[in-house]
Amino acid sequence: MVLEFEKPIADLELKLSEMKDLAKGKNIDLSTDIKSLEEKIQTLKKETFQNLTRWQRVQLSRHADRPYALDYIYEMTNDFIELHGDRSVKDDKAMIGGLGNIDGRSVMFIGQQKGRNTKQRQERNFGMANPEGYRKALRLMKMAEKFNKPIVTLIDTPGAFPGIEAEERGQGEAIAKNLREMFKLKVPVICIIIGEGASGGALGIAIGDRVFMLENTWYSVISPESCSSILWRSWDYKEQAAEALKLTAPDMLQNKLIDGIIAEPLGGAHRNMKVMAATIKSTIKESLAELDKIESNERMNNRIDKFCAMGVVVE
Amino acid sequence: MAWFKRKDAGIKTSTEEKKDTPDGLWYKTPKGNIIHTRELKNNSYVCPDDEYHVKIGSKEYFEILFDDNKFTELDADMKSGDPLKFVDSRSYPTRITETIAKTELKDAARTGVGKLNGLDIVITCMDFNFIGGSMGSVVGEKIARAIDHALEHKIPFLMISKSGGARMMEAGFSLMQMAKTSAKLALLDEAGVPYISLLTDPTTGGVTASYAMLGDFNIAEPGALIGFAGPRVIRETIGKDLPKGFQSSEFVLEHGFLDFIIDRRQLKNRLYTLLNLLKH
Repeated sequence: MVLEFEKPIADLELKLSEMKDLAKGKNIDLSTDIKSLEEKIQTLKKETFQNLTRWQRVQLSRHADRPYALDYIYEMTNDFIELHGDRSVKDDKAMIGGLGNIDGRSVMFIGQQKGRNTKQRQERNFGMANPEGYRKALRLMKMAEKFNKPIVTLIDTPGAFPGIEAEERGQGEAIAKNLREMFKLKVPVICIIIGEGASGGALGIAIGDRVFMLENTWYSVISPESCSSILWRSWDYKEQAAEALKLTAPDMLQNKLIDGIIAEPLGGAHRNMKVMAATIKSTIKESLAELDKIESNERMNNRIDKFCAMGVVVE
Repeated sequence: MAWFKRKDAGIKTSTEEKKDTPDGLWYKTPKGNIIHTRELKNNSYVCPDDEYHVKIGSKEYFEILFDDNKFTELDADMKSGDPLKFVDSRSYPTRITETIAKTELKDAARTGVGKLNGLDIVITCMDFNFIGGSMGSVVGEKIARAIDHALEHKIPFLMISKSGGARMMEAGFSLMQMAKTSAKLALLDEAGVPYISLLTDPTTGGVTASYAMLGDFNIAEPGALIGFAGPRVIRETIGKDLPKGFQSSEFVLEHGFLDFIIDRRQLKNRLYTLLNLLKH
């Protein structure tokens, strides 16, 4: 899939590959042309990706080729074992979790999982967890605390699922309890927005000592589409809504609502999953090294103080 | 021929001389029962004919709950900033200024510290009239400080929720108020200070997904709409009509997320009984 603003780049890339095929097939030397075209592509990429609008970043965060939680986990870890179920109702496949080892250290991974094709997307419920998903996440967090393992959450959701059963089983209560209990965790917690960070559904696994956003993701209280439909009473103002919500990683960092941004490969995470995973992994390792130095009660108090400082009021 | 005769043609009373009938002397419930507002007030704003609980605000709840309506208000002058310079059809500061003028409230929550049948209590109460009772930085900060007060003085905390959810115009900031209030409630929980959450009509969205559902005791007024997602959103998502009574207090009690439902006329005494049970 190619996004509208990626098109000029994709066109040039197609031309480049044709040129390379031609050079190879007919055995002619086109190296100067190839080189200049490659440079041109690089310049265009830089220009495009350094000047992304907020809405374009939202589109990138939802790119069909974008890596999902399990892609990163398998790329970063050895011996990953997925753990299932909330021990109460069922196994929510929109929320995944398990233990894995990154360079010699065991970590509890938890994240929302989206599907790659229609069948998977249905199975994963488009990354929209039900209450049992949030309860499964909490079960795994408590387990991590019991065995003194750090927690890494990978957030990627268009929201907690709005459905009849979700309400019957207490979607609000499930998220609320996660928020409160995550503040009490005695182990380090690192949260990374890898795609979409929509509202309470995202926050329900995003209370951490360090909260990062990948460069082309969004995190806010509502999606630009829903914001447009409520405030502008039409679905057509999503670009304006995205601007108004200031939902990108640079916005959120500037407002001190997150702790850092993780750079993506030029063109977005989907352009080079391996590089992206390596960057995420080194960020996790660096953060853990910092957090390990802090005594657990102090770490917990710092986590509470950090979130309590968020907000702007006039007195 | 008529037995009376109009001497002057037309009505001669000038506009200035006309006498007003005061507005709002009578209240009509959704079921059509009509009640005098004075009688309504004496009845905790519950219609005696159909038990309809009229939507009321912090002023009325404080009047019902605090002994002799005496209380100290905390952070009474706190107002919203505009950290995102948010503009939709109007700018956020304009919306705030207009709403303050219209409602005579500074934001969507107020905190009072006082006595309930002689027992100390901290109450934060939301006002739905203020931008749909939406939770922004002011609401979050006021709740956080109310909990600080409860923690410091070891006084039980009562939160009265009435809200459509988070305040969009504060985007990321409003989202983080869910985190902030839950952080403070984690501290209150660890300290063993009682927290009672009263859910009133309506309590939805980010408020349900944070402090409203975190009470040691979650209680609700009858017939209130309580849910995470709004009914319209659910209907549009699943493309089906919703069952009757879905997301009502009674539905939420039935599914195990409330301790009990309480008629507003018995609210004060029931709270007193509960707090006494915890005390002795």
